[in-house]
Amino acid sequence: MNRLGDLERAVMDVLWERNEPLTVREVGRALSDRDLAHTTVMTVLDRLAKKGVVDRTREGRAWRYRPAASREGYVSELMFDALGQTGDRDAALAAFVRSMSGPEAEALRRALAEDDDQPRT
Amino acid sequence: MVSAALLATIASGCLIAAARLRRAEWPLRGPYVAVVAWQALGLAWGVSTIGALLAFGLAPYGRGVFGGLVALVTDAATHNLVLSELAGTPFGATQVAAVFAALALTLVLFWGLVVSFVQVLRTRRRHRELLALVARDDPEVPGARVLDHPAAAAYCLPGVLRSQVVISAGALAVLDRHELAAVLAHEHAHLRQRHDLVLLPFSSLKRAFPNVGVVATSYKAVALLIEMCADDQARRVRSAKELAMALMRFGSAGSAQVPAGALAVKGDDQPEVVARVSRLLNPSAELSWAATAAVLSSAAVLMCTTLWLWHLPM
Repeated sequence: MNRLGDLERAVMDVLWERNEPLTVREVGRALSDRDLAHTTVMTVLDRLAKKGVVDRTREGRAWRYRPAASREGYVSELMFDALGQTGDRDAALAAFVRSMSGPEAEALRRALAEDDDQPRT
Repeated sequence: MVSAALLATIASGCLIAAARLRRAEWPLRGPYVAVVAWQALGLAWGVSTIGALLAFGLAPYGRGVFGGLVALVTDAATHNLVLSELAGTPFGATQVAAVFAALALTLVLFWGLVVSFVQVLRTRRRHRELLALVARDDPEVPGARVLDHPAAAAYCLPGVLRSQVVISAGALAVLDRHELAAVLAHEHAHLRQRHDLVLLPFSSLKRAFPNVGVVATSYKAVALLIEMCADDQARRVRSAKELAMALMRFGSAGSAQVPAGALAVKGDDQPEVVARVSRLLNPSAELSWAATAAVLSSAAVLMCTTLWLWHLPM
């Protein structure tokens, strides 16, 4: 993964972990082992805000950032896309198999059971 | 008028052929050829319907569809696009209406394609951005990203430069090593052969005409055929049994863990996944060379005839 993508991920991890809105400086301090410039952290947070994955609120002269949704929320969104349950997302992704209803899964088990009954050649 | 009648015949013939193709058995044996047949039918339907309307509307020019269009544009230009001037020409109201219907249909089809394409790109970009934030790499599954979610899912996210295969933790939990390899082979086949581009025109048609039954059923048919194409590719490197087992495991894992109520309601056709599994377990002979040639040449003849009728000055 490229450096910027890697940083975005690290910043999101910090925001998800600390359950409160953080300033650029606080995020930078949490990532002190990476020795990042203040402007770098600001750029990354700005990019994340543009993508809509963090919200920011003004507090005095500084912005405070927090995730727009939880990590689980985003994972669920991706899974909903993948399982084709969001309606108009056909053709954006190609899932191995769409989610199955109960009767479908039952029909599938029957098909496999019939196959098992047949003698192997 | 002859060309209008012939084009209208082709248009309705395409609809009849689509209905028969959907019920036919041979596509299971030659999914690639069947996809070409669907593409030819869809394209020929659009070209012949628009052509029939234009041939009828532009008949007074007596120059066929192409010549008639050129004449119409020249006419409109010389009259400074004041169409009321055209009232002096021998056009009836129905003919003007037919020309407008043809233009409207063309616009709707192109617009549907463009809107759909933009939506797909947007969805993929959002998906890719989120994936970069929450998916992880797993040394156990090289070449795929892992999503930590208990439901079973495996899919590919096509991209111009970087396509990705994604698999959920729930899927990893239910698949053994061989089944996982079969699933990954299936997904990589989708990406390698750009199946998403094959499906795109059909999905955008579905979006443009959500309430037209034949559009929805042809989309479903093509989507299933594409899965079968990828199954066939995976079967070259992995065993069919592994792939079938993987499908079954997804079935049993998914039904338990995917939230109820969100599931799509399906018709009482044979479930698609069952069609795929039984095809994997009981493979019938591949479509013969002669049958393949017959389908492909019919598709070519259909397209040539339709285009030729656009030139027929009658």
